[in-house]
Amino acid sequence: MTEPLLRLWGLTKAYPGVVANKDVSFDIGRGEVHALLGENGAGKSTLVKTIYGLVKPDSGTMTLEGEPFQPAEPRAARAAGVAMVFQHFSLFDAMNVAENIALGMENPPPQAEIAARVRQVSDQYGLPLDPDRIVGELSAGERQRVEIIRCLLQDPKLLIMDEPTSVLTPQEVAILFETLRKLSREGTAILYISHKLEEIRALCENATVLRLGQVVGTCDPRTTSARDMAELMVGSTLHVPHKEDKPAGETVLALKNLSAKAPHRFGTPLRDITLQVRKGEVLGIGGVAGNGQDELVAALSGEMKTAKAMIHYKGQPIGHLAPNARRKIGILAAPEERMGHAAAPDMSLTENAILTAMTREKLTTNGFLHWGKARKFAEGVITAFDVRTPGPQNAARSLSGGNLQKFVIGREIMQAPEVLVVNQPTWGVDASAAAAIRQALLDLAAKGAAVIVISQDLDELMEISDRFAALNEGRLSAPRPAAGLTVEEIGLMLGGAHDMEVAHVDA
Amino acid sequence: MIMLEKRPQPSRAWTFATPIVAVLLTMVFGGLLFAALGQDPLVTIRTIFFDPLFSEFAWFYRPQLLIKGAPLVLIAIGLSFGFRAGIWNIGAEGQYIVGAICGAAVGLAFYPMESFIILPLMVVAGALGGLLWAMIPGLLRVKFGTNEILVSLMLVYVAEQLLASMALGALRNPEGMGFPGSRNLAQYPSASSWITQSAGMHWGVVTALIAVIFAYIALSRHIFGFNVRLSGQSPRAARFAGVNPGKLILICMGISGTLAGLAGLFEVAGPAGQVSIDFNVGYGFTAIIVAFLGRLHPVGILLAGGLMALTYIGGEIAQSNLGLPIAAIQILQGMLLFFLLAVDVLTNYRITSARKAH
Repeated sequence: MTEPLLRLWGLTKAYPGVVANKDVSFDIGRGEVHALLGENGAGKSTLVKTIYGLVKPDSGTMTLEGEPFQPAEPRAARAAGVAMVFQHFSLFDAMNVAENIALGMENPPPQAEIAARVRQVSDQYGLPLDPDRIVGELSAGERQRVEIIRCLLQDPKLLIMDEPTSVLTPQEVAILFETLRKLSREGTAILYISHKLEEIRALCENATVLRLGQVVGTCDPRTTSARDMAELMVGSTLHVPHKEDKPAGETVLALKNLSAKAPHRFGTPLRDITLQVRKGEVLGIGGVAGNGQDELVAALSGEMKTAKAMIHYKGQPIGHLAPNARRKIGILAAPEERMGHAAAPDMSLTENAILTAMTREKLTTNGFLHWGKARKFAEGVITAFDVRTPGPQNAARSLSGGNLQKFVIGREIMQAPEVLVVNQPTWGVDASAAAAIRQALLDLAAKGAAVIVISQDLDELMEISDRFAALNEGRLSAPRPAAGLTVEEIGLMLGGAHDMEVAHVDA
Repeated sequence: MIMLEKRPQPSRAWTFATPIVAVLLTMVFGGLLFAALGQDPLVTIRTIFFDPLFSEFAWFYRPQLLIKGAPLVLIAIGLSFGFRAGIWNIGAEGQYIVGAICGAAVGLAFYPMESFIILPLMVVAGALGGLLWAMIPGLLRVKFGTNEILVSLMLVYVAEQLLASMALGALRNPEGMGFPGSRNLAQYPSASSWITQSAGMHWGVVTALIAVIFAYIALSRHIFGFNVRLSGQSPRAARFAGVNPGKLILICMGISGTLAGLAGLFEVAGPAGQVSIDFNVGYGFTAIIVAFLGRLHPVGILLAGGLMALTYIGGEIAQSNLGLPIAAIQILQGMLLFFLLAVDVLTNYRITSARKAH
């Protein structure tokens, strides 16, 4: 066997109280597409940060092309031929593509030269991108291309991609995969981090699975089933949410030509949304982030008021009602952003329980709080949803993202809502917790509640939805039964190849 | 390399230790400052912090503590609601002045009639005066999004002009032989806020203690206090929880204005006695320090108000006995806030020494 491109040997990194990586060793060959798998907190980020020079390991060595490789900082890693595309983009909205790329360079050549090289690389790898466009106008997929091209201009030997497809439509994913395959054929190795197992099966030749900081297995994703890989990640048999067939009930929530201005400059206006949600069904709403998801949740939760008649609940107009009035009649919501929106980070879990459960759980009398009752309710949520925390007196910010999400979703479900609206219920949540949350949503629907799940994870929506609709630039497609929808149909509902169509002109 | 690392939870120990450490640091650096001024640092520190309480003349100074502390505590309690919610009323001084003018005007209007109803009416007028003065920045913020810090601060200077014009004009003592300043309310039995002057007890002291108790209950037991805290920590979560931000701004501005107005009224009807050009001595600004020194907690504010009153009185003793300039005392008070804010970092962060990557 020839010498690998990158060899990791015995990498260990401990933080106070937690070992992020323990004796991690594996090889990446030239031109290999290597998947790094693991649940949240398994140590994937620490490992790639080590390779990219952001983290210094406590022990262990790395070699790149046979030479010792110890990047002290990302600049050194880049100089050695390692490039990374982060999950969160670092781009300036007000500048154009070429200017953004120049900002990341050590000695940027003149703008015209950068623009020419961007065009050349974007042609070569099938990544359509105009260097003169302002980044603020680009879709998430196009922004990612800016980051990728920024990396490719360095002519890397190893390209690290952290959760690259979470913001892409299926069509954009297809374009991205073509590019990555081409890069791989030309000899660039790719370290691909994702929790979407089907993607990994379609793209990668090798996979290393991390659990609690240690390598627990390697496999060839092309011949291993997604379920087996998931079980390797979780370390136990995975519970697949179980959905019962049931007849559709009566309509509880109806949106009638719901339109609303964008609440702030970077928001999306809602345009003419008409929708009926029935008792006992799960309605999945897909769409790429920033197409009106936050605004739709705000309009339903009452944070954003609309004209009275635009929202009807059991035949009554409720568009004007404030959040707690809606909670009182049975409409609950869990917004996407956990820290600072669904929960107050510096407050205890008991206090966070009061935040939304005050009305329905009767946690106050004449405005005076019942701390004991609130604490009991919080403890109930913690137990029922397996929230890992020493107790309800702990601050919300001390919980991991997945645990806090379980608490936030559990807090709403435990209040027995008649309509529950959740946005990205399993975003950043590990596989077993995600399965538990989905099952809880299905159980809630089985008890007769109407559940609206807004998510960017199409697999999730297909797994739990009875009907599916897509948000695109604030418009909602007509819902269709989820069973039997093909990926192509879903892609078209989401707005097709988002970036290739002519931009909508506002009326 | 020394680094700050965010704690997963705010440290309870440091929440309580911070004010004490800040006071000790202030003593140390204040001592250095006094030494640089050619004073014996230990004697100076003792004069400022201990003599008012424990010297042979303490019987004279202790009532002064109540007189100085009461307005500070009363104003700071009001400010603490807004500060917790992220609403920055910097103009308590102005609300204090307007409260005093309105309350005094009602009292003076009844002169020389004697009736038990006069002081209560003055209290209502004083509270309303402060409330209305605070509603100006509040309403401007809610309706037009103006910055309440600037508006409330600038209204202090307007209030000072108003005070001067009242002392020289409408409220001037007709029997005062042309000197500026109103009749002395403290010598008008129905309008006096004194309970026992020799002990320093006046109705403002009582009101301050009541305010502490109410604030404590509101913040720890009532949904209003919960919403105030929530709005300050996570404005989006507060909206999600159903808090109306505009209403909250008005209520918080209203509480701080009302309490500042009351403080002004009790001061003018007791310790100060009259509406005069130099009636205000900066309680409204010092109360900001008191509020933070007390960690925006009612009991903390009570203690901090006492401490700040101590530095005022101790400072005066140091001024007369040791010839220390008043500016040195003001620097000492400034240091107190400075060290408090600096040490406060340790509540949420801990110091770690990170190995530097080579």
